Amino acid sequence: MTTRIDRRFEALKTEGRAALVTFVTAGDPDYDTALKIITGLPKAGADIIELGMPFTDPMADGPAIQAAGLRALANGQTMKKTLKLVKDFRKTDKDTPIVLMGYYNPIYVYGVPKFLHDAKAAGVDGLIVVDLPPEEDHELCLPALAADVNFIRLATPTTDDARAPKVFRNTSGFVYYVSVLGITGTKAPDLKSVAANVKRLKKHTGLPICVGFGVKTAEQARAIAKDADGVVVGSALVSAIEKSLTKTGKPTSKTAKAVHALVSDIARGVRS
Amino acid sequence: MNVTPPNSFRTGPDENGLFGIYGGRFVAETLMPLILELEQAYKDAKADPSFQAELDSFLEHYVGRPSPLYFAERLTEHLGGAKVYFKRDELNHTGAHKINNVMGQILLARRMGKKRIIAETGAGQHGVATATACARFGLKCIVYMGEVDIERQKPNVFRMKLLGAEVVPAKSGSRTLKDALNEALRDWVANVEDTFYCIGTVAGPAPYPEMVRDFQSVIGRETKEQMLKREGRLPDSLVAAIGGGSNAMGLFHPFLDDKDVEIIGVEAAGLGLKTKTKHAASITGGRPGVLHGNRTYLLMDDDGQIIEGHSISAGLDYPGIGPEHAWLHDMKRVQYVSATDKEALAAFQLCCKLEGIIPALEPSHALAHVIKTAPQKPKDHLMVMNMCGRGDKDIFTVADILGVKL
Repeated sequence: MTTRIDRRFEALKTEGRAALVTFVTAGDPDYDTALKIITGLPKAGADIIELGMPFTDPMADGPAIQAAGLRALANGQTMKKTLKLVKDFRKTDKDTPIVLMGYYNPIYVYGVPKFLHDAKAAGVDGLIVVDLPPEEDHELCLPALAADVNFIRLATPTTDDARAPKVFRNTSGFVYYVSVLGITGTKAPDLKSVAANVKRLKKHTGLPICVGFGVKTAEQARAIAKDADGVVVGSALVSAIEKSLTKTGKPTSKTAKAVHALVSDIARGVRS
Repeated sequence: MNVTPPNSFRTGPDENGLFGIYGGRFVAETLMPLILELEQAYKDAKADPSFQAELDSFLEHYVGRPSPLYFAERLTEHLGGAKVYFKRDELNHTGAHKINNVMGQILLARRMGKKRIIAETGAGQHGVATATACARFGLKCIVYMGEVDIERQKPNVFRMKLLGAEVVPAKSGSRTLKDALNEALRDWVANVEDTFYCIGTVAGPAPYPEMVRDFQSVIGRETKEQMLKREGRLPDSLVAAIGGGSNAMGLFHPFLDDKDVEIIGVEAAGLGLKTKTKHAASITGGRPGVLHGNRTYLLMDDDGQIIEGHSISAGLDYPGIGPEHAWLHDMKRVQYVSATDKEALAAFQLCCKLEGIIPALEPSHALAHVIKTAPQKPKDHLMVMNMCGRGDKDIFTVADILGVKL
């Protein structure tokens, strides 16, 4: 099967450039503003949208994305609403791949078969679930693949050559290379080591490799895009949302604009 | 639900770290190679007699084991039923059972060549134990503690600092034990190369639930031996308080295949189970989910968002429970009940007055169950309660509730 993600990477290959993958949290700061933000992302230069599924205990995330999840939850975001957000997005965009990213518990509680069915129906293309390593593939990865939903695995600096085949075995869509040892949005990646690791991992997989965790500027994006097939930006966008809010956390007319402006800027880096 | 009991309740977990459907290794990829390395290192240590000998020696000369099995004569008279014994783990160095596990893990960390130790703590007992062992071996120690708990447990925070540990406030989420665990996991992901994560309870990804259980099982092994010597037979029932469940698992595990021994775990019912959110009874009031590396019973809402537990005891207000307990509950080998803040407080006061022992608020929950059930038992019923910690750390909390200004 080819998925929206496969088609998008094929098109980018023809264009000869890397993908810009943008992350925001579903329902941050509230449902309507989040819909406005993601609806404008493709025009601003995003090639793939990662949508965070809010969770109270995001153990791999730094302060920016933790806060985004709590803002969304405080404003009533649920898994059902996250799937509805994708459905609403699909009313105006049939081509931009959407990947849901988060933690297993909200999916497990929703029920895996029902979740996969509803996610597929809403227009979700792939899943990144941080706390499901290949050792737990039977939980969600294999059912997702059977349901034609891509399961995108995280590879990290600790994924050595011995472990890489295990990590890539049931991965599809693309590989998300975590550029730093640590949580999202805290350390800046060491560009030399990222390039070396991307080259090393390419020996193990034919899938596109996107690089994220700590990418904040157009300059970093440009450098990473030289070797990788895509660049993921998350915490920087989420921080832009946070900065645009009123003191009581309400969205302003600047909120969506701030995100789109930053995405346009980083997109120029990826495309240059 | 009909349950077919296994031949033995003591063989878990399986090679995937599972007790039935509970447990597992639900961690980020960055940690996975480490978890596997730790599993192998623990397996090797367990098979090495010199490791056990070194641990035994520290348990005897540094921790002060074996802890006594004490006949609580006046409490027994007062209740007028079962013969009540306390397993006195509050007499250990640092004042609780936590040090049993910490000594094991720190010796393992040394074996693995790790120089930097991180830990999470709720009430501060595990943090103090970890800081203590790190001081003893000259290791760097960082303890994550919820901002709210730092406020509630000032004496333990100061103790850790005296022992040379750095206490880092967990400011995310609800700023209590579960958030301290999140912060410790975040630290570990960022410092995988030199850092050993010393988890304080029988939870987390495999191999932690098994490893912590093994280190705490010294409690049950001693109890068995001491009771046989004292009464010439095994106890009729065991009672222990449960937050994450390490003191309980330590007492219970050696007895799991002794079918005639009734085993009871007491969760914290806080302000009452009917409040839905103001308690910390994961088994009685929760359902299966995945958090902090394992599948187990959790307190959560319909959307799978974790609910903060509440208890008078900062050591019990964790919204989960060790996966082996979850399995023992499903298998009906262990009975899980609960005691409220109020019942625990009454038990705390009674124990002070009748036995001259100031118990921690955690075992006060177990004691509350003893007070409830011992009167209905015959006089030859032997009941063992795990006195897993002393109450010095809790006097401020108790004074506050009793309206006494210190």
